[in-house]
Amino acid sequence: MMAQFSRFRLKGLVFLAIVVFALPLFISNPFHYGLATQIALIAGAVVGLNLLVGFAGQISLGHAGFFGVGAYFSAIMTSNYGWSAIPALVVGAIGVAIIAWAVGRPILRLKGHYLSMATLAVGFIIAIILNNERELTGGPDGMPMPAFDVFGWELSVFGQYSLFGMDISGDLAWYLFAGVILLAAVWLAQNLIDSPIGRALRSVHGSEVAASVVGVNTAKYKSLVFVISAVYASVMGALYGHFQGFITPSIASFDFSILLITMVVLGGMGSTIGVIIGAVVLELLPQVLADFQEMEMMLFGLILMLTMIFMPKGLLPTAANYLNKRRSKSAGGDA
Amino acid sequence: MFKKITRRASKVAAIAAAGLLAMNVQAADPIRIGSFLSVTGPASFLGDPELKTLEMYVEKINKEGGVLGRQLELVHYDDAGNASKARNFASRLIRSDRVDIIVGGSTTGATMAAAPMVEQAGIPFISLAGAVVITDPVKKWVFKTPQTDRMAAERVLTDMKERGLTKVGLISGTGGFGSSGREQTLAAASAMGGIEIVADETYGGSDTDMTAQLTNIRGTDGVQTILNFGFGQGPAIVTRNYAQLGIELPFYQSHGVASDGFLELAGNSAEGLRLPASPLLVPESLPADDPQKPVVEAYKTEYEARWNSKVSTFGAYAYDGLMLAVEAIEKAGSTDKAAVRDALESIQGHVGVTGTFNMSPEDHNGLEAESFRILEVQDGGWKLIN
Repeated sequence: MMAQFSRFRLKGLVFLAIVVFALPLFISNPFHYGLATQIALIAGAVVGLNLLVGFAGQISLGHAGFFGVGAYFSAIMTSNYGWSAIPALVVGAIGVAIIAWAVGRPILRLKGHYLSMATLAVGFIIAIILNNERELTGGPDGMPMPAFDVFGWELSVFGQYSLFGMDISGDLAWYLFAGVILLAAVWLAQNLIDSPIGRALRSVHGSEVAASVVGVNTAKYKSLVFVISAVYASVMGALYGHFQGFITPSIASFDFSILLITMVVLGGMGSTIGVIIGAVVLELLPQVLADFQEMEMMLFGLILMLTMIFMPKGLLPTAANYLNKRRSKSAGGDA
Repeated sequence: MFKKITRRASKVAAIAAAGLLAMNVQAADPIRIGSFLSVTGPASFLGDPELKTLEMYVEKINKEGGVLGRQLELVHYDDAGNASKARNFASRLIRSDRVDIIVGGSTTGATMAAAPMVEQAGIPFISLAGAVVITDPVKKWVFKTPQTDRMAAERVLTDMKERGLTKVGLISGTGGFGSSGREQTLAAASAMGGIEIVADETYGGSDTDMTAQLTNIRGTDGVQTILNFGFGQGPAIVTRNYAQLGIELPFYQSHGVASDGFLELAGNSAEGLRLPASPLLVPESLPADDPQKPVVEAYKTEYEARWNSKVSTFGAYAYDGLMLAVEAIEKAGSTDKAAVRDALESIQGHVGVTGTFNMSPEDHNGLEAESFRILEVQDGGWKLIN
């Protein structure tokens, strides 16, 4: 059973890699590359959040806050203080890790869903600070962010943009970069899940009492995975900001936190590939529905409701279940 | 929804009625005007009248034969006031829909998020958002129709000086509009000289009582007048508190509340306060020789007849944006993006609802602080002061 499980996971990573690298064969419009890049970066943050929600059974309602801190720290350091992108991203992630540790450590000693309340508050505080520290963050109007640079080499969406030509290499480069980042995020997450930490976490998710009885330090593992998922959000936030070139406090808003959680739940809690599908669906839907104008929100709500009613476990687990059932049915011969 | 269907039906009927002539015109490719506005969400009071205005005038222009003998086609997306969405939709308009010009961007955040992409793609973009950062420093492809908050501050401070009021107590909201207005008021005061901000208080967007801040300002030594820079319900509460406290100092509000809705919210407490506003609020009191009078009156009548709702200053920004775009395309004689941009930059003396636009390579807004009119609330209505 276990072997089958992990084989399935590896298959998922290979499958994802094929999709990521095959996509440029089917799309050529830079707008679509831009969208795919955003989806990949947000999916990376969602993969991190899934570690917390799907494996430790804790809910964070402030993940957009961590996403926002990562983005704003990088933005402020690179544009105001001339830092290079990578050190800004790393220091920002360390800062976020410290915040998450300080918040999570005392609260995760308690049983139950106290973490969601604490993260709700932290998310709001971060959003308020970003909105009000006008000198630093530009306030509600937002601030520009320079292109991502690595050792003097610059990755810009506009890399080789000629004035009226449709040279797409800048967008394609960003897309491939984001794709690789997503693959790395998934690979890390899957390794973590299959490590002793991951097994300890799943035991906590199953039964916290049983886990502590067999000697798992539940508080330690829960805060560890909370910190890891916050760092995921921070790194993806910084990259997202570099890609967008302009950020506003709405990326740290409560709405965005809820959207991230919805992606996890919709795609299927605990399924790394599933939550990526959740991110793809929820990012693409508004674009598809944009043509319906005032019907947009209604259709969006309807789709979410129907999914929750008919696929309560999420898109991928439900689909996998269905396929398994059919396979065992035909194997059993009673069609 | 039903309204929309009837609207569509009437559009079809109108086109049919225009007959064969119109069909000849339609044979040419339409000119595609792209737009992203905050039609829903917290900034919907901006986006909603803007979209209505664009729809209505695109239709009207098409009925009258279009521009350069070509029909206009409006491609619109709703960014819900979210900057990331605005950037996505701008990208979609430029790269997927291949529009010829963009008129949109209800909020400063949405405009600034889209601006880098517009600059790189090289497509003329007329923004409908207020902050001064949009056109200062000048961006090659970005223009805007509303006056800046800096102009509003200058206009108010000038009016104060004319009345001999030189010590100002400032109170402002902490939202985007209020905090940017506060910054610009402080900057304008120090640039103008001879006027001084002696108190500087702020309030949050959801505060329900501002008596503490007002009492502080009243207690400040030598304060002669009070200015509130804010948006939404905050300024109405400040106005009511002001009356409740019985403060006798002359009171100023910003253009952020220049709407009939504000008068309803503030009621009698608003009596005697002054603010900078678009002439759209007082078309009938404009002198007959005012060049803006016919434009303002026509826009107000047409909008109110069509939508059966009060005209708003924000819709007028969209009107001016569309008309500037049309004039630029006509002047350029084509939809070649560089030619349209150059034409846009050289527009002189274009009389709009918001003001008279004189564009130049150094000024992509083209308005003067004087395009704001100072109004005073008298007997529950607006009175034009100058």
